[in-house]
Amino acid sequence: MKFSFTDEQLMLRESAEGFLSEYATSAAVRQAMASPSGTDEALWQRLAGEMYWPAIVVPEDCGGLGLGMVEAIIVLEQLGRRLAPAPLLACTQSVLALRTVAENPGARALLSQLAQGQIISLAHTAARPHWGLEGMAVSAVQQGQHWRLAGEARFVPAGDNAGTLLVAARIGSGCGLFKLSPGESGLTVTKSPTLDQTRPMATLQLSGVEISEADCLSECWSSQLDTVLNLTRVLVGAEQVGCAQASLDQSVAYVGERVQFGRTIASYQAIKHKAADMMLKVESARSLLCYAACVGDEWLQGSASAQELTEAAAMLASSAGDAAFFCAGTGIQLHGGVGITEEYDIQLFFKRARAMESYLGRPDEHREVIAGLLLDKVDSDAA
Amino acid sequence: MQLRFTEADEHFRAQVADWLSDNLSGEFSAIRHRGGPGDEHVYLTERKAWEQRLADGGWTCIGWPEAWGGRDATIEQQVIFNEEYARAGGPGRVGHIGETLTGPTLLAFGSEVQKERYLPGIRNGKELWCQGYSEPGAGSDLAAVRTRAAFHEASGQWQITGQKVWTSLAHESDYVFVLARTDPAETTHRGLGFFLVPMAQPGVTIRPIKQLTGTAEFNEVFFDGALCAADDIVGEPGDGWKVAMGLLGFERGVSTLGQQMLFQTELDEIVRIAKANGSARDPALRQRIAEAHIGLRTLRYNSLRMLSGGDDGSLSREAMIYKLCWSSWHRNLGKLAMDVLGPDAELLDGEPYALNRLQSLFLFTRADTIYGGTNQIQRNIIAERALGMPREPRGQI
Ligand SMILES: Cc1cc2nc3c(=O)[nH]c(=O)nc-3n(C[C@H](O)[C@H](O)[C@H](O)COP(=O)(O)OP(=O)(O)OC[C@H]3O[C@@H](n4cnc5c(N)ncnc54)[C@H](O)[C@@H]3O)c2cc1C
Repeated sequence: MKFSFTDEQLMLRESAEGFLSEYATSAAVRQAMASPSGTDEALWQRLAGEMYWPAIVVPEDCGGLGLGMVEAIIVLEQLGRRLAPAPLLACTQSVLALRTVAENPGARALLSQLAQGQIISLAHTAARPHWGLEGMAVSAVQQGQHWRLAGEARFVPAGDNAGTLLVAARIGSGCGLFKLSPGESGLTVTKSPTLDQTRPMATLQLSGVEISEADCLSECWSSQLDTVLNLTRVLVGAEQVGCAQASLDQSVAYVGERVQFGRTIASYQAIKHKAADMMLKVESARSLLCYAACVGDEWLQGSASAQELTEAAAMLASSAGDAAFFCAGTGIQLHGGVGITEEYDIQLFFKRARAMESYLGRPDEHREVIAGLLLDKVDSDAA
Repeated sequence: MQLRFTEADEHFRAQVADWLSDNLSGEFSAIRHRGGPGDEHVYLTERKAWEQRLADGGWTCIGWPEAWGGRDATIEQQVIFNEEYARAGGPGRVGHIGETLTGPTLLAFGSEVQKERYLPGIRNGKELWCQGYSEPGAGSDLAAVRTRAAFHEASGQWQITGQKVWTSLAHESDYVFVLARTDPAETTHRGLGFFLVPMAQPGVTIRPIKQLTGTAEFNEVFFDGALCAADDIVGEPGDGWKVAMGLLGFERGVSTLGQQMLFQTELDEIVRIAKANGSARDPALRQRIAEAHIGLRTLRYNSLRMLSGGDDGSLSREAMIYKLCWSSWHRNLGKLAMDVLGPDAELLDGEPYALNRLQSLFLFTRADTIYGGTNQIQRNIIAERALGMPREPRGQI
């Protein structure tokens, strides 16, 4: 038992901090927000070409670094701290999706493309209102040597920048996973304007898109979808912890300078205690993040159960979602009037916190998952 | 980052579990799960005997150096011991203040004479200690203690005069460590001394204080020229604050995982009741039960982070939030227990004021956010030490 980062992991965190403080500045974030793609392409090129971050969870035999969830969360936390406008979360999610079908040669090719920095997004839901199979609104039907896909997918992260799309589609009562090129006829990809402008999303409309059999990566993918969503919740948790930490840091810095009634507002106990509560939530979420990342790695190595992963992801999502929203919201309050301006970054963290809180389920929905595990299980000792 | 224990550690776990199941039986069956916080007044004779059984088995003070009768146990082994102890229903340890506070303080700051005089009694489970810090005028502001220690040249001893309050288990203790003023001209953390004082002497009077639970586990302790040997001051006169603060950092939280096992049994009981009485179907209670579960697991991983941290004894961020985190969680659990019980929460088991376990939990968890530094003081510490915010100004009254 050594529940702390190794020296290599600490080095990774340090290099991520250094790199992002140079390239993912507030000015860069705002420039990307205003650009058509919503992404900082130069940042992405560097981050892929120099730092190899998209390759972190790609297996070594597909040209990746062969590292795990712990390394992924280390880097994603730093991206969250800076609201870095780069689709690392989306691409890491796609890596995790493709790892579930890694025996498929098409999937292996995509994994090596991801390792090299190609943007690939997963489209799996219309989220009305469910994020899992119940919310899936694309269907696939086999016709001879082809599959025909029709329907709609929303909330596709970085979807309009993706060179390839992975689309989960209903097949009967289950679902399959398909590979699509954005230029496919019958497919339209539209950027969806979002409340949080730092994380572009797209909507896909599919009307009778015809694809070859080779592009069906799996015909039986529903339990894998659950797994991928749970692993993604761990990645999201990392960004949320980063967002919460940044909200705390920026607020502490601001209250240390602002003077009212002849003293810094940081000297008022009401302000200090709010800051302490923020730190409590950040560190609590961070503890669950470390745990969930370890469980994620155990899952990938085949030694954790699906229930352990579900539980870990739900606990983290509940805690980190609340932490990020509390810290960013309290952060605005501690900033006073300037917290409401466009100029200060705390509002950007507030919007990010809101967006991440509802992405893949609200904290109270995650608590209901935990309640189900605790309260609805038939007692084995009673049986 | 490694979540699981090694095979050698798991072997150690089995050894602990075996010993406990062999020994926590027969005459000791009755005290299983008893004597925890809020229940410390029960079965004292049996729990003192149990302390010696533990000592004979070599299961007291396992983290101490072998030279002083410990096992030099690693942090992992200490964690495992505490987990298994709680899992087996091991009773509240009457010796815990000596083992976790006095002992490590003496190992770090004590003289050879003091170690030889006091460590064996603690190690052998024969001598019990209590903590004499708080006073009527010095609670959160501990540095305001007024109890005086004056060196009496004629007898060659220290004489202690003043009053301590809220002293847990003073009525069962053989010794008390006392924070007292050696320099009467000072009023702050300067000019304090840390003294090791025997309880059984004419200069010490103990008066129990009844608590909201109807029981009395803490006391007022009056010192009226109580005597303390010349060499029973730890460090020099003036070092008292340093020693007292060092003591608070020693525990490093190894017993927190054992404490969490107790919390788990409380939560399990609440879950069991919720399933039986239908509360488990109430959406609002479902949210709160889930929250309690998540909170307890958070405490666990927080402790593991804390214990895996640097060995330099410095308080990491996760260590600084820990007290605030567990005390708030436990207080909320007490209220959750009442809400899950519903109307029945109001009915006692009998006269006079026979509280059941959950009622006692509900009432006593209100103390968790007060002792050992209140939640407000914890927030001050976090803001000042972890976040570098300005210190609280001192007043003039
Ligand atoms: C069950 C129990 C067992 C105990 N056992 C022991 C023991 O064995 N030995 C021992 O020495 N002591 C013991 N104590 C005492 C305990 O440490 C004190 O009660 C505690 O430190 C608080 O001091 P106080 O009671 O004087 O409250 P006060 O300090 O008077 O506090 C009253 C209220 O004011 C708030 N407050 C005070 N200062 C500030 C500030 N600067 N900023 C904001 N708010 C502030 C507090 O948070 C609290 O809400 C025990 C207490 C309890 C309840």
